[in-house]
Amino acid sequence: MKILVPVKRVVDFNVKIRVKSDASGIDLANVKMSMNPFDEIAVEEAVRIKEKGGADEIVIVSVGPSKTQETVRTALAIGADRGILVETADGAAVEPLAVAKILKAVVEAEKPDLVILGKQAIDDDCNQTGQMLAALLGWPQGTFASKLVLESGSLLVTREVDGGLETVRLKMPAIVTTDLRLNEPRYPSLPNIMKAKKKPLDVKKPTDFGVDVTPRLKVLRIAEPATRKAGVKVGSVAELVQKLKTEAGVL
Amino acid sequence: MAILLLAEHTNGALQAATGRAVSAAKALGGDIHVLVAGHNCKPAAEAAAKLSGVAKVLVADAPHLEHGLAEEVSALIVPLMANYDVLVAPATTYGKNVLPRVAASLDVMQISDITKVVSADTFERPIYAGNAIQTVQSPEAKKVVTVRISAFPSVAEDGSAPVESIAAPAAVGLSTFEKAELTSSDRPELASARIVISGGRGLQSSENFKKFLEPVADAMGAAVGASRAAVDAGYVPNDMQVGQTGKVVAPDLYMAVGISGAIQHLAGMKDSKIIVAINKDGEAPIFQVADYGLVADLFQALPELEAELKKTGQ
Repeated sequence: MKILVPVKRVVDFNVKIRVKSDASGIDLANVKMSMNPFDEIAVEEAVRIKEKGGADEIVIVSVGPSKTQETVRTALAIGADRGILVETADGAAVEPLAVAKILKAVVEAEKPDLVILGKQAIDDDCNQTGQMLAALLGWPQGTFASKLVLESGSLLVTREVDGGLETVRLKMPAIVTTDLRLNEPRYPSLPNIMKAKKKPLDVKKPTDFGVDVTPRLKVLRIAEPATRKAGVKVGSVAELVQKLKTEAGVL
Repeated sequence: MAILLLAEHTNGALQAATGRAVSAAKALGGDIHVLVAGHNCKPAAEAAAKLSGVAKVLVADAPHLEHGLAEEVSALIVPLMANYDVLVAPATTYGKNVLPRVAASLDVMQISDITKVVSADTFERPIYAGNAIQTVQSPEAKKVVTVRISAFPSVAEDGSAPVESIAAPAAVGLSTFEKAELTSSDRPELASARIVISGGRGLQSSENFKKFLEPVADAMGAAVGASRAAVDAGYVPNDMQVGQTGKVVAPDLYMAVGISGAIQHLAGMKDSKIIVAINKDGEAPIFQVADYGLVADLFQALPELEAELKKTGQ
């Protein structure tokens, strides 16, 4: 079985982002970039399936500027076999629909049995790409997965839903998107980081797949959210309850 | 403008998220038709008909729609969209699962998780876990929008829209429902509760959640939430998690108990009307966003709070 894992390069989750003063975007100069955390979970899951003998090849694909090669190499260091970077212009955001169209073309060329993606990128917070790819391919989707069980010809996916957990059975080939509790990704070891440098990495362009990545939506501005001010400290529980009743009027 | 709104319901009971999505749809302007997709879902359809501003309720009732599988619900919605300009759904796990599948089938870019309707084609939505707000305009012929329910009030239930049955397409059959393990609780639903009390790692154990936090929740009629640290430590299940990767809530009153206030938690609750923090560390970042802070040992403060609430008849 072959597994395809799409990954995205995003601002590292520990970085406190800064909004540009002209409201045109986020300041990305000299900001640490990393693999989207949900995508790391996707790579880890694919590697675990392979280690248990459930897969024989893991292909990583990313869409982004040339530096995204580093992100693909990180995934190779975790244990994937080879990578594909679909290179786009630096600083140009590619929308989930365009990414899904590129991924569809990659799936048609690579013919994986399973595609595992992060449920959401922590920059644009769209939560769309996996579902869109499933729609374009006409494949079933198991989103927000916290557990995967491979059976012959089908896949059991336990999903994190609002009221608890739900398990669905998908016909293969299928799309899975990961939630936080699917696994805890490993840190790549130094020897594996060195080995990853020698693994094959193909660089393509969106036009190679006939996909137009011009955004459909127009971002008018990006602003700081309204900030909260620290309030007052109260001296006792009785004072707290009294203030909530009379001053705040919420009890 | 004709708007189709996907209703959120469980076993025939309409969820509060639907009414909140209706108020976002009303801000767009236009005829709102609510789609109830399920099996034996007549009570949900009748409840949807009462939501103020709804012009019509469409009911698609079929065994393969019972569990809201994305493949089936999407196959139902896509042909219906020939008659609508906008598709709206609450940004719940159900809406988030189904809508992008519809959007891609219609070849349009979805606008996820809107917190404000600026005009019929322009919306505000949080990015970077709410650390920035994006204003985005959609020139798409058809708009597909999910709504952050904590950002919109519910509508009144004084309407009486007609309910119309529509045929469900044949089952797609790519996926099947196996089982659900849902957390049952008599408390209000976390995402739509008026008061939420959340516990963090400071609670130290699952038993302490039950012994110290839950009695206070019940004394206030509050929903119980938790920080990711408490979930990761195994004190409570993941569906109680408030934060960037869990649920986003904006109740009238949010009490954070034994929660330090990591960015990821703040992202899930900072739009609450009043925030109360109880923490023994006076320097904890949670106090920077709290309207009322109490520096105290929660194991003393919570029983006192329970007694005080009962004493004052809350």
